[in-house]
Amino acid sequence: MSQAVGINFKKSSIDALIAGFLALILFGPIVGVLLDGYKFDFEFDRVAWIVAIVAVGRFAVSSFFQTEKGVAMAFRYANNNEGATVLAPNHKSKMVWIIPLVIAVGLLIPFVASKYVLTVVILGLIYVLLGLGLNIVVGLAGLLDLGFVGFYAIGAYGLALGYENLGLGFWSMLPIAAILAAVAGAILGFPVLRMHGDYLAIVTLGFGEIIRLVLTNWASFTHGPNGISAPLPTLFGLEFKRRSRDGETFHEFFNLPYDSAYKYMFIYIVLFAVVWAVLFIKHRLVKMPIGRAWEALREDEIACRSLGLNHVLVKLSAFMLGASTGGLAGVFFATYQGFINPSSFTFFESALILAIVVLGGMGSTLGVVIAAFFLTVLPEMLREFAEYRVLMFGILMVVMMIWKPRGIVRVTRTGFAPRKGAVK
Amino acid sequence: MDIVLQQLVNGLTLGSVYGLIAIGYTMVYGIIGMINFAHGDVYMVSAYITAIAIALLTFFGIESFPIIIIGTLFLTVAVTGAYGWVIERVAYRPLRNSSRLSVLISAIGMSLILQNYVQLSQGANQQGVPTLLTGAIRFSVGDGFVQITYMKLLILLISLLGMGVLTYVIQKTKLGRMCRATQQDRKMASILGIDTDKVISTVFVIGAMMAALAGVLITLDYGAFDFYVGFIIGIKAFTAAVLGGIGSLPGAMLGGLILGLSEALFAGLISSDYKDVFSFSLLVLILIIRPSGLLGKPEVEKV
Repeated sequence: MSQAVGINFKKSSIDALIAGFLALILFGPIVGVLLDGYKFDFEFDRVAWIVAIVAVGRFAVSSFFQTEKGVAMAFRYANNNEGATVLAPNHKSKMVWIIPLVIAVGLLIPFVASKYVLTVVILGLIYVLLGLGLNIVVGLAGLLDLGFVGFYAIGAYGLALGYENLGLGFWSMLPIAAILAAVAGAILGFPVLRMHGDYLAIVTLGFGEIIRLVLTNWASFTHGPNGISAPLPTLFGLEFKRRSRDGETFHEFFNLPYDSAYKYMFIYIVLFAVVWAVLFIKHRLVKMPIGRAWEALREDEIACRSLGLNHVLVKLSAFMLGASTGGLAGVFFATYQGFINPSSFTFFESALILAIVVLGGMGSTLGVVIAAFFLTVLPEMLREFAEYRVLMFGILMVVMMIWKPRGIVRVTRTGFAPRKGAVK
Repeated sequence: MDIVLQQLVNGLTLGSVYGLIAIGYTMVYGIIGMINFAHGDVYMVSAYITAIAIALLTFFGIESFPIIIIGTLFLTVAVTGAYGWVIERVAYRPLRNSSRLSVLISAIGMSLILQNYVQLSQGANQQGVPTLLTGAIRFSVGDGFVQITYMKLLILLISLLGMGVLTYVIQKTKLGRMCRATQQDRKMASILGIDTDKVISTVFVIGAMMAALAGVLITLDYGAFDFYVGFIIGIKAFTAAVLGGIGSLPGAMLGGLILGLSEALFAGLISSDYKDVFSFSLLVLILIIRPSGLLGKPEVEKV
């Protein structure tokens, strides 16, 4: 691999020519001919731009991989960087300082931020919850779940329908929705988890679509595509409305002027607490035997089964835990929006949550939190590029898998040092 | 009675098209063991190319129906084949030695890219093609009648032709032997001097071409399409592939026919609102009860 010094520009040019020609074939028809009813318009300049960019890009890439640096890089990617970063055995985590700081800042946000910022942060936290849930399933247990949005929908519709039909409010539905989603996960997972990994992806995808189609078509129960309203949370029975038919409202009880931001503040604080609870539970679970079993099963299923691990139960526990977290997120989403309809639970939503997990790093908690905020808050800020969002997610997923299959934040493990006096 | 017969006719044409798309899934799964999630979107791209090809051909003053349909078939199959090749080269080949999860996620990413790329360049609105072939054969059955449009006959004819040519290529030619050898044992085939990377590329191109055939036929028959059509039809074709036994070529065609027929009967006799739910439930049930499908071999995991 050391013979490649000096760039062979002829090779680069040929590569660029081929790439440009292919781009012309691929993009020519679809980008160059804009359909408009049964008529059409030519858009040659768009094609020219794309072909030029592809050719120049290919030339640059081709030249780069002939330099010494490029060869080294290609070699590194050929051997993908799996595994975890190992810390020194006596490593002291800085998290002891960072976590209280983050909690303090997080608790301050609702009192200083504007209503708009608060709603964006709430959405970010909902996706953190979803990302954490899916991360247990995909990242830790290695089960690709493409129907995660189904559990999210169960949580959201659980709140709305539970309120409408049974009169259950936010607080009673929060645990019930988590249990409902977990039961749905168990019913779906039990027969499916015995079989091969790829099939699981498709079965869960089918499940997610079935949930959405039933929500759309069973109009007498779910109100179909028109959607259904969801109740707001209450604080010990006090409602966050301007006026209440039964009893006092929040602002009347505390003698405050009415402000519609109160309800978002309250949702934010509850959500913030739930996210930390989930983070804590997950952090502990990973260190427990069950968490170790998830990761071991992800790495080598045959070895685990040979050692007597009940693979169905281990996988099922991960699947149910992930599903219940998704259900929790659904309840928060419904109460935050106040209104839900089936169009919030399409496959794209599943793909977005998957993108969060992939970008954050499979199994890495910190990475998922960062990625969830990155992927939900950034599109809010860059509204003029909103239509490119899905394209970016797609490119992100492909590039991350090729470049860093374990995500931006690698899983870290504290090193192991033999005790003094132990036999070497 | 006439409803059942009519739905059988509809199901037969729908099923043959599902079979064409299912070939792409089954061949790719057979050769590298991955679910090509972007395959449905390759079909969607071919629907757009069909409309563009028809528009261009009529723009250049070609009026006769046979020339338009042959030209459209040729253009669409060629361009979509190029898509298949490039997708494999860009998104899957760098991941040849990675875990199955990575490849599947990359495929999902590719699917999102294709959908959004078409949406950005052609707009989110539904597009359409003019009806080129009209007329039908009618049989009276009892009180009612059964109608077979010429378009449906053409669909049956072309898809049978496509499947026949493919079967010949796989069974009788040198290329087919290379494909089958690679499918049975990739490492051994490469030791025996087969360029397996090239074979895998070829399989992707063949799959994309079959999807393009389906894209032309369905687009000409239904007339309307948008950037999202690939998703549902992709899952259904995958169901067909699994039903017939994934990895098995005759299985894909058989699975397509069974799925098309049962779905058409379900839609005609029970409820057309829930016909997609029916297909997805069928998929879940098959995977649970008989994951190896009708004609597939059960998969044995080796250390």
